[in-house]
Amino acid sequence: MSVLVDKNTKLLVQGITGSQGALHARGCRDYGTNIVAGVTPGKGGQEFDGIPVFNSVQEAVDATGANASMIFVPPAFAGDAVIEAASANIELIVAITEGVPVLDMVSAVRYVRDQGLRLIGPNCPGIITPGQCKIGIMPGFIHKEGSIGVVSRSGTLTYEAVDQLTQVGLGQSTCIGIGGDPVNGTNFIDCLKLFQEDSDTEAIVMIGEIGGDAEEKAAAFAQANVTKPIVSFIAGQTAPPGRRMGHAGAIISGGKGTAADKMQTLSDAGIHVLKTPDQIGHKMLEVLGR
Amino acid sequence: MKIHEYQAKRILAKYGAAVPRGDVAETPQKAVEIAKSLGGEVCVVKAQIHAGGRGKGGGVKVSKGLNAVEENAEAILGMQLVTHQTGPEGQKVKRVLVEEGMDIKKELYCSLLIDRGSQSVVFLASTEGGMDIEEVAANTPEKICKVFVNPTIGFRSFQAAELAYHLKVGEINPKLVRPTAALMTSLYNAFVNEDCSLVEINPLVLTGDGRVIALDAKMTFDDSGLFRHKDILDLRDLDEEEASEVEASQADLSYIKLDGNIGCMVNGAGLAMGTMDIIKSFGGEPANFLDVGGTADQQRVATAFRIITADSNVKCILVNIFGGIVRCDVVAEGIVAAFKEVNLDIPVVVRLAGTNADKAEEIISQSGLGNKLQMAIGLRGAAEAAVAAAR
Repeated sequence: MSVLVDKNTKLLVQGITGSQGALHARGCRDYGTNIVAGVTPGKGGQEFDGIPVFNSVQEAVDATGANASMIFVPPAFAGDAVIEAASANIELIVAITEGVPVLDMVSAVRYVRDQGLRLIGPNCPGIITPGQCKIGIMPGFIHKEGSIGVVSRSGTLTYEAVDQLTQVGLGQSTCIGIGGDPVNGTNFIDCLKLFQEDSDTEAIVMIGEIGGDAEEKAAAFAQANVTKPIVSFIAGQTAPPGRRMGHAGAIISGGKGTAADKMQTLSDAGIHVLKTPDQIGHKMLEVLGR
Repeated sequence: MKIHEYQAKRILAKYGAAVPRGDVAETPQKAVEIAKSLGGEVCVVKAQIHAGGRGKGGGVKVSKGLNAVEENAEAILGMQLVTHQTGPEGQKVKRVLVEEGMDIKKELYCSLLIDRGSQSVVFLASTEGGMDIEEVAANTPEKICKVFVNPTIGFRSFQAAELAYHLKVGEINPKLVRPTAALMTSLYNAFVNEDCSLVEINPLVLTGDGRVIALDAKMTFDDSGLFRHKDILDLRDLDEEEASEVEASQADLSYIKLDGNIGCMVNGAGLAMGTMDIIKSFGGEPANFLDVGGTADQQRVATAFRIITADSNVKCILVNIFGGIVRCDVVAEGIVAAFKEVNLDIPVVVRLAGTNADKAEEIISQSGLGNKLQMAIGLRGAAEAAVAAAR
């Protein structure tokens, strides 16, 4: 009952010996994720908490059969780390790093796509299938096994949504944080498609924000292809135009990408749109008739 | 990050793009000297501020003769230039760019930016130069040619030629097709080498003396790419930015000043926007956007409190932290200590959710700060309490 990651996922961590990489590698392992390898150039042959460390992703894959990677390397090297993982044919690459130059991602995203692989992020909390596999920095304990798929551009706002779902007794199939950057590996449509095809996902929470037109495109896709109910919130109704609201991607430019427009488009596509972020759990209960 | 027109032109010139001859002046005397050295009868005096729409606001003057240059520079330097992008208070002009006048045969448009949809660099070109491109896009989208650049193979010369053909340069002057294509390549090289998020030439002009020239230039840089461009970082003009936002950015906090009276301190950009939205839904007005980031310790919270309360409109502060990796009890201790350190005299409503939220409530309620520091339950309760406290 999940998409992309489950108990069979074999994770390697790029940048496992850095402070953030180490902290979150332990967090994921303690949650139950099967971490088979770490990669830090120059530290091959060492061990991290009993996990073997390799000099390159290819070496790690050859030795352990890792099929997913979590990237914590600094922004200057993150684009290259994504390309390295894709070169080693890692099926699922999750880039947590914040502040990656956009042009680095333009190249990396294209390469990953051309290789037929999947990238989530950068600048994202990661992905979790509750009770099975956590790849990222989200607090595991707020999640609960269940049948709601969650997809979001934001970090803590996703936790907020998940927490509300869990509080009202609704567990999650898989939660995907796609990240707040203008160019990223996985978009809303990719996730809606996965959730629609997943027989154990019953309904979807989609959390967007101002900037770009990803939500509008998702609305059109959902109307034509998604039969499962979707509850949505768009952050940034009060944001002024022309100002970047924290995330590089969250900016209203040329009068486009406003929350009001997005909310209207989603609503017209039959999606349940909330005006405030505090009703996500209750709305989902109502939509499911519970 | 934005830079001034004269700075953008210097960078583009390094990449081989033709720009008008000229220089920047901070006094009318210097403006006259520049005009003298340029020779020619006509000069243009252009206010250097980051905002667009300078011409309509009276910040660009065609000047015939040195007396006119002096008069116009005198008038523009020091003025509060109001454009549709500055807000009603305008922006003080500290420098003018003095350039040679041009015999303009045709005004064109071109720009480069990152297209989110195709996840690539896109070149836009239009024969409708000198106009607002958004208007052109809305009314006559067929007049805008888009060329997408595959990052794997880069910008190719056939694409540069395609842009020149679309701009119908050959109809005005067949000799300018090649130089126009070359200029496009220069713009692309500048865009990718300098980590730009926008390069816009409006207008690009064809002149009577057979030149193709970037008459205006706007360059914006990807903030995430600045670490590898120290020389670009030096071009930052702090006078063009809100002082409180500069201070926040130096403390590595993401802060944007708004017009309301409820200060906000939140972890995470999405939750920060969501918090502003819920305040508004209860009839309140947020005074700011502030993302305190992943580590909400005493020092960062204290800095955030100082920045928020430097705005005298602020009547209360709403703190909304979702503790995931950070524990709420640690955040609560930091808030209490920061409250005392900054000596706040306005009420603070705190909402902490996640790890150890119950312990955090104890810490807040036993802080001895009474009603000035109150813990709220739930996002809704917190917003209601903050809106009530601000009234």
